[in-house]
Amino acid sequence: MITLDNVHKTFGTNAVLRGVNLSVAKGESLVIIGGSGTGKSITIKSVLGLVTPEHGTITVDGKNISNGDRDAFLARFGMLFQGGALFDSLPIWQNVAFRLLRGSLKRPKDEAREIAIEKLRRVGLKPDVADRFPAELSGGMQKRVGLARAIAAEPEIIFFDEPTTGLDPIMSGVINELIREIVVEMGATAMTITHDMTSVRAIADSVAMLHDGVIQWHGPVSEMDTADDPYLQQFIHGRAEGPIDAVR
Amino acid sequence: MTALLTPVAALGRGTLSLLALIGRITLFAIDTLSHLVRPPFYFKEFGHALLYIGYLSLPVVGLTALFTGGALALQIYAGGARFNAEAVVPSIVAIGMVRELGPVLGGLMVAGRVAASVAAEVGTMKVTEQIDALVTLSTHPMKYLTVPRVLAATLSLPVLVAVGDVIGIMGGYVVGVTRLDFNGAVYLSNTVDFLEFWDVASGLVKGAVFGFIVALMGCYHGMNSGRGAQGVGRATTNAVVSASVMILASNYLLTEVFFSA
Ligand SMILES: Nc1ncnc2c1ncn2[C@@H]1O[C@H](COP(=O)(O)OP(=O)(O)OP(=O)(O)O)[C@@H](O)[C@H]1O
Ligand SMILES: [Mg+2]
Repeated sequence: MITLDNVHKTFGTNAVLRGVNLSVAKGESLVIIGGSGTGKSITIKSVLGLVTPEHGTITVDGKNISNGDRDAFLARFGMLFQGGALFDSLPIWQNVAFRLLRGSLKRPKDEAREIAIEKLRRVGLKPDVADRFPAELSGGMQKRVGLARAIAAEPEIIFFDEPTTGLDPIMSGVINELIREIVVEMGATAMTITHDMTSVRAIADSVAMLHDGVIQWHGPVSEMDTADDPYLQQFIHGRAEGPIDAVR
Repeated sequence: MTALLTPVAALGRGTLSLLALIGRITLFAIDTLSHLVRPPFYFKEFGHALLYIGYLSLPVVGLTALFTGGALALQIYAGGARFNAEAVVPSIVAIGMVRELGPVLGGLMVAGRVAASVAAEVGTMKVTEQIDALVTLSTHPMKYLTVPRVLAATLSLPVLVAVGDVIGIMGGYVVGVTRLDFNGAVYLSNTVDFLEFWDVASGLVKGAVFGFIVALMGCYHGMNSGRGAQGVGRATTNAVVSASVMILASNYLLTEVFFSA
């Protein structure tokens, strides 16, 4: 349903993506792994049109993302940003229900608030955070609010940029389960970036490893441990020695 | 030879980047106007902007006008005394305030207050990816952030200028009556008699233009902020400096237009 074909993105002299080819089927949960700074976030941002690649085509349902109605396109997506990206002028519940308070998915305020509180509960937050402001929450709590916002309007396609970073192991487990549930129950298509191998095994149908601006390895999660790609093996076992330099 | 040419090359580069900046700001202004006339319109954001930009600027603008009006009365008295024309104080204070100093000083004070805070706010939103988040939530940042602020500033600055005019004239009046031995009733009737409709209206038009400039510069520099705290800091400075310069430049142009008309 989502395909990236030969995508290139350069910042100044820093060629981040150098021909990324990737596809995700409908209802599939893809996890992208790869070293810090390899361009994982840039890859998903380019699908959303937040970053414009110099070369290459990205299609969703066979349609080029740069054509057609942006609003209708974006209404199908949910995105959790790496840094949370909560609106600090709005209380938590209005952050979560942002989409439900305006635009094409607008609904009555009470209803939007109820949905927000329900989504907060799903990410392990109590209703009393609803009226607080983002700056009053811890980093991990902000991350979970971001997650609640991403799923609030029940989008078909969801991107999670490091959903469990900064969370304790128990909360990570809750979030992994939640992401799995969203894919299985709601039939959503998910692309998740994570560095946490436990998460990879819990969330992924398939795994793609980004290295040196290209997809180094892409396959089902069941084949990840037996694949003979030295880059992948070094990464998943966290070895200092191997083809990937520690200093990049 | 190359050493001799370095300053010339730098000047050339500076000129080119200035022209490019003017081009980008013009495009940004056109984009803002085009979003202004297309729905959706975010009333709540507009209300907030009106409160913050308009209402909360009242003290700053009022104090500026009060002291300026007072000082103006003293200066014009000193100047007028040289050819026995002290009687012109009320009318010149009024004309000076409503045509020039009210809008310009009000605009500059609001530039310091509003352009800076808008640039810092929008710039922080940019570097913390809140603007990207807006986009993914199907909300256009120009409509949600820029339009309400620009519209609020454009509509509220004329009101601020009008209030400033009154307070400035009162400042002149207080100084005139207490320090310069004017008769209160005479001072006021001189003020009112010599003030023409266009004196006031031209000042209000200037105010609207300055308001547009202030909010536009705040949003432009915020949206184009560099990364990190340093990027936001620079955006804030650039917003205040460019808004101030543009206010003074457009003030001259507008005065030229009103003068010839
Ligand atoms: N707006 C930008 N301007 C310049 N360079 C950028 C910009 N955004 C990202 N980069 C560069 O692109 C590269 C990839 O960034 P990206 O955020 O995609 O990394 P990542 O794979 O998500 O890393 P991490 O795991 O640390 O989040 C980095 O080298 C970064 O410096
Ligand atoms: Mg990242």
